[in-house]
Amino acid sequence: MRRSTPGQTVGPFYHYALPYPGDHTLVPPGSANAIRFHGTVIDGAGDPVPDALLEIWQPAPDGSVVRRAGSLHRDGFTFTGWGRASTDTTGHFSFSTLRPGGPDAFFAVTVFARGLLDRLFTRAYLPSPEPAPFLKGVDAERRGTLIAVAEPQGFRFDIRLQGDGETVFLNFGTDER
Amino acid sequence: MSSQPSDAAAGTQAEISAEMAEIDKTHTSTGHARPQPVLNYPPYRSSILRHPTKDLHHADPEEIERWAPCFGPQDVGALEADLTVQHPGEPIGERIEVTGRIRDGAGRPVAGQLVEIWQANAAGRYIHQRDQHPAPIDPNFTGVGRCLSDAEGRYRFTTIRPGPYPWKNHRNAWRPAHIHFSLFGTDFTQRLITQMYFPGDPLLALDPIYRSITDARDRELLVARYDHEVTRPQWSTGYRWDIVLTGPHRTRFEEDDA
Repeated sequence: MRRSTPGQTVGPFYHYALPYPGDHTLVPPGSANAIRFHGTVIDGAGDPVPDALLEIWQPAPDGSVVRRAGSLHRDGFTFTGWGRASTDTTGHFSFSTLRPGGPDAFFAVTVFARGLLDRLFTRAYLPSPEPAPFLKGVDAERRGTLIAVAEPQGFRFDIRLQGDGETVFLNFGTDER
Repeated sequence: MSSQPSDAAAGTQAEISAEMAEIDKTHTSTGHARPQPVLNYPPYRSSILRHPTKDLHHADPEEIERWAPCFGPQDVGALEADLTVQHPGEPIGERIEVTGRIRDGAGRPVAGQLVEIWQANAAGRYIHQRDQHPAPIDPNFTGVGRCLSDAEGRYRFTTIRPGPYPWKNHRNAWRPAHIHFSLFGTDFTQRLITQMYFPGDPLLALDPIYRSITDARDRELLVARYDHEVTRPQWSTGYRWDIVLTGPHRTRFEEDDA
């Protein structure tokens, strides 16, 4: 295997480069079956992180993996399963999307921020009476950080980078050397 | 844990350099392999409150994570790979070509994937509200580019060599010149945002973001090399920078980075 190119922080100056019109609207807000997936990113002092960037990647409502281009110029009809959202001055991010389908469904989430030297991966599982097999392998105390909270319009998923209630971040085997 | 606030302009470069040398020494003496970059890297002050303190939890990728989002020609305009033609006039600075191949850990090309870049102008200034560096804005340079990799995983940008710029990590702190790269692989788990640097830059040794990759062999992977084959006569100098996005099935690497 070749040596992996290391990551570096997204830095403070990505706002004019990575966000784009429609980045966080995988489906138009208010359209049929649209849900909101949102939350706040919080640092180790409990303060909101106003310069974080989140990406989600998710299956379609029928559980299938979406193989459709068009995320950067959304036509309003094509669901691509992928989106990007910046946090605002209160550390809040929000997506308009569809409910991910399939057994043990989750939003795959990537977190970037100034001050964060490499991206972090996590999962936002939909709440379910029977936790996904993966969740059973996570400390009961921390498991809740991987489960979104149901709301009338969708799901809330807060991310704590550090400290009390620190979100469980994932290693897919790529980060060990 | 230090309670020093983010962006504290307290330390001098000498103090930051001493902290970085101390971390290097610890890492070398224990011989313990660490993820690169190190997320908990106090010389980069903004990382202090923004790194996880718990170990990352191992996960086998589920089906959705074995795929990456799709991008296509409808996502990226043909001119977006040339950052020098986005305005009525020519930007100021040294025109350069930056090209390379994107591959996975097994050497397979990452084809048809989205590559995004952003950077400061020749004077070291970003077109960004938060950038208050008193260097000139170039009305003919935005500093944002996109392209799709080709069938062999190659990308190519025409741009202006960015300048170094000051920041507030410590007193007299300067970032080495760099181009930000955002990359997608063939798997969700290969997602990468990083920075490409230029060879021979004396600021690299002083920079806590670059030095947060504590293994010199790894951080040197972020330095492009000058390539006269990429240089175009009477037009632009050329740099080559190859990228490796490893997947979840990665095993210990071999020394085969030819």
